[in-house]
Amino acid sequence: MKILVNEETREVSTTTLAGLLDELGYGDARVATAVDGDFVPASRRGGHMLAEGARIEILAPMQGG
Amino acid sequence: MLFYGTELSSRLMLGTAQYPSPEILADAVRAAQAGVVTVSLRRESAGLRAGQAFWSMIRDLGVPVLPNTAGCHTVKDAVTTAHMAREVFETDWIKLEVIGESDTLQPDMFALVEAARILTEDGFKVFPYMTEDLVGAERLLQAGCEVLMPWGAPIGSGKGLNNLFGLRALRAHFPDVPLVVDAGIGLPSHAAQAMELGYDAVLINTAVARAGDPAAMAGAFRLAVEAGRIARQADPMEERDMAVPSTPVLGRAVLA
Repeated sequence: MKILVNEETREVSTTTLAGLLDELGYGDARVATAVDGDFVPASRRGGHMLAEGARIEILAPMQGG
Repeated sequence: MLFYGTELSSRLMLGTAQYPSPEILADAVRAAQAGVVTVSLRRESAGLRAGQAFWSMIRDLGVPVLPNTAGCHTVKDAVTTAHMAREVFETDWIKLEVIGESDTLQPDMFALVEAARILTEDGFKVFPYMTEDLVGAERLLQAGCEVLMPWGAPIGSGKGLNNLFGLRALRAHFPDVPLVVDAGIGLPSHAAQAMELGYDAVLINTAVARAGDPAAMAGAFRLAVEAGRIARQADPMEERDMAVPSTPVLGRAVLA
């Protein structure tokens, strides 16, 4: 299935958000996720099914003002 | 002064962006003896993990973090970003930025009030980045904000306090609300001036990060904030239009 991760097209085999993070190698990284513009808490990633063309944002701590 | 029930160790808040290196950032935070550091969220690639290294450095500094919603232009973006920040940084504090105009990075006060209301209802403690608009300030307080952060001048401009009258009016109208000048401060003298006006804290980033020696400048800001604060408590004299001799006139010799 084709999805967009941080605006890059990826071909993935998993169907859940938790599976996606594993498949892409995020492991135990401290990240927050949003799917199609809506925040998905870590506790709900396992049950969050991804659809073809889903837009996923994976964000992490960064310098800020 | 309490910020949502928390007493900060210092009235200098420091941004963490634009430093020449992580080591220089850490030196600046220590030299500033910052009471809070601001942080943000950006896309993370699984391979690089830049965010993980940054987070571990910030945690080691042991300073409370204030995540921002920098770059957000809509209520929806800001609210979603705030939720993501709460999970990643494990704090319900959020520096709420909703930008309305790209050249000045001026806050959109209408969207800001709406986002502040939504986030307060969701349990966030909102630090709104705002213009010095008095009515907007009132609306933000009604929306549940217990801290206000008016700009001194546009972000990164270093122009200091553009509207002294407006900032004074805010202080006078809301004597019990914690007020922080956020953005536009370029020199320690600007920070001292904000504190002399009775502001409770200042938030500095570019002025320290872009100095030739960020750690030295951070130390200068620490002293300026302290000086301004002490001056405010010492009750400054009234300004006058005419000279008034400071040396007593009585008993002066007549030599001609």
